[in-house]
Amino acid sequence: MATITYREALNQALSEEIERDDKVVLMGEEVAQFKGSYKVSEGMLEKFGSDRIIDTPISEAAFSGLAVGAAMMGMRPVVEFMFWSFCYVAFDQIFNNAANVRYMSGGLINVPIVFRGPANGGTNVGATHSHTPENFAANTPGIKVICPATPADAKGMLKSAIRDNDPVCVMENTILYNLQGEVPEENDFIIPLGKANVVREGSDLSIIAHGKSVHTALEVAQTLDETNKVSAEVVDLRSIRPLDTETILSSVRKTNRVLLVEENKPFCGVDAQIAFLIQDQAFDYLDAPIKRVSAIDAPQAYSKSLENAQIPNHDRVLRKAMELI
Amino acid sequence: MEGLHHDTIVDGEEDDSPAKEQNVPVEEERVGDVRSEDFSEKQINRSLTPEERVNLYEQMARIRRFEERSLRSYQQGHIGGFLHLYIGQEAVAVGAVSVMGEDDHVITAYRDHGHALAVGMDMDECMAELYGKKTGCSKGKGGSMHFFAPDKNFWGGHGIVGGQTPLGLGIAYALKFNKKAGSCLCFMGDGATNQGPFYESLNLASLWNLPVVYIIENNGYSMGTAEARHSAGEPLARRGDMFDIDWSVSHGHDVYEVRHTINDALERAHNESRPSVLEIVTYRYRGHSVADPDQTYRSKEEIEEYKKSKDPINLYKEKLIAEGYLTEESALEIDRLAKEEADASAEFAQASPLPDPTELMDDIYWETDNPANKTSQGTMFFETP
Repeated sequence: MATITYREALNQALSEEIERDDKVVLMGEEVAQFKGSYKVSEGMLEKFGSDRIIDTPISEAAFSGLAVGAAMMGMRPVVEFMFWSFCYVAFDQIFNNAANVRYMSGGLINVPIVFRGPANGGTNVGATHSHTPENFAANTPGIKVICPATPADAKGMLKSAIRDNDPVCVMENTILYNLQGEVPEENDFIIPLGKANVVREGSDLSIIAHGKSVHTALEVAQTLDETNKVSAEVVDLRSIRPLDTETILSSVRKTNRVLLVEENKPFCGVDAQIAFLIQDQAFDYLDAPIKRVSAIDAPQAYSKSLENAQIPNHDRVLRKAMELI
Repeated sequence: MEGLHHDTIVDGEEDDSPAKEQNVPVEEERVGDVRSEDFSEKQINRSLTPEERVNLYEQMARIRRFEERSLRSYQQGHIGGFLHLYIGQEAVAVGAVSVMGEDDHVITAYRDHGHALAVGMDMDECMAELYGKKTGCSKGKGGSMHFFAPDKNFWGGHGIVGGQTPLGLGIAYALKFNKKAGSCLCFMGDGATNQGPFYESLNLASLWNLPVVYIIENNGYSMGTAEARHSAGEPLARRGDMFDIDWSVSHGHDVYEVRHTINDALERAHNESRPSVLEIVTYRYRGHSVADPDQTYRSKEEIEEYKKSKDPINLYKEKLIAEGYLTEESALEIDRLAKEEADASAEFAQASPLPDPTELMDDIYWETDNPANKTSQGTMFFETP
């Protein structure tokens, strides 16, 4: 095990897969000479050359679609969005073409492609740069969606995504890029998609979260333990589609109380689906209504004071947890 | 005659558009005129064997008869949704596909039946797809706008106007990456030239020297909006100029001219890895989709005039007869066989089974179709039959 950052973990995953499979290329804005807007691809141009690490113009629709066309032909492109917010100008290419070509061709054509980049608020960049589209990406059959929260998951799951024969949307988080964590060093370290992780065991309450919310949930669980003698279990979904329904349900059956936390907006957010799942399949195990904390339901605000109040923070999550106890 | 203005001078109107440059056919023509340049003398056409010449005719006749038969089935209620017919444009797909080599690929928009048959897809699987049957080329999951045959280098069949233009770029990119001397013929309509991704694609095609050939099948109307009302700055192909892409305007009612035009672009793609934008002026006889009213934006006379003077199949038949490759009798026989084949495809489609609702869940993910090689865990689907 080595301790590296989330950013370095992504870099390792990309580098190892590019080395392993000559059909893998990385393309996007500023990924090569500039070393990546968030330096995820630092050193890769020098190592792999401009045929594999490809700078594109600011044309998300064209380079996303180009990558889909190349994937249809058997390549395995990794498309970096500087922000997932920018996918909106490439919507047709991702959610019509990548998602539907296999189905519409009766299974004749595969689209082994990865779309990746940060999808988060919390960085004072305003509404246009702070979207968290994991909910509507996961709403599209044909697409897989993952939200790794730790360096190890970032590496293991990105490697899985690149080897996957279906389109995978990898939603990262700029605030996590500097997060350090232990990551296995072996080349074949992978984490399968669709496997949630119980990152803290507990018995009184299940806090179910994904992405950066996992870290907020862990902090709240620590506070609950230290100040309230409440034992909270924290489940990191890791993957939105496929979804590890078994791990969710077995945690609920154990603790009988559920708090869902996400930085997604609430209406038709990921946790709306999780809440449905729990009431549908573990209703008799619930000792209290399912509670939920999401981003405040407004366009993402610029001002730090506003945005800090908007994104689920320690105090808001703690308050909601206390309502359940 | 608004829709044909790109090819016509309306009486009393001087055409002084700046577009008339060397790439545009020199002579202006009125509907009804026949051009003087004889493309049968071009090398790519001189080398055709008699059998190949007749085969071009057969392919066009097959497409025409298939489309007519599908229209009848639509009117009889056997086909749902939209049906965008290719009648009138047959020489474009047939001419283009006939000059392709083994590493050349095709992608097109939703008016895709002609291209599908031209690349060699079977009438049965195409008609069955229109009927929504299990035996359809996409098992009844794609429909009229979404035919695919990757084994024939045919990548669809795409429903969103202009949405295929970046995909065509990607096919060309993959060919170049894999060091194939091939190209992608990316067909589109005149309406698609006003979609943003097309320009993004042109920029990348030129910047990265990709062997993609954008073929604008300009039938004069984007749905019901005539070119004069949807596009500034004619001709449309000139839009390639701002990206330093070679462009041209040519006629789509002469299969020999189409072959010559496409072949030039293919050579450019193969030898120089450079893109092209080819505007091929053509005309569709039916509505945008057959359910659309056709008389709101053009006159019956306009359609009749084109049919009379520029029907690609009639013109080619006359040419082949004049050249001695075909007789009236053999032409009739080809047409009869095409009709029979189309009728048989409708019978095949009619007799084919409908897909079972359980098949809804097939062909979504490679992984769920290949459970033995599954790597993911968890739940993939949240509502199943």
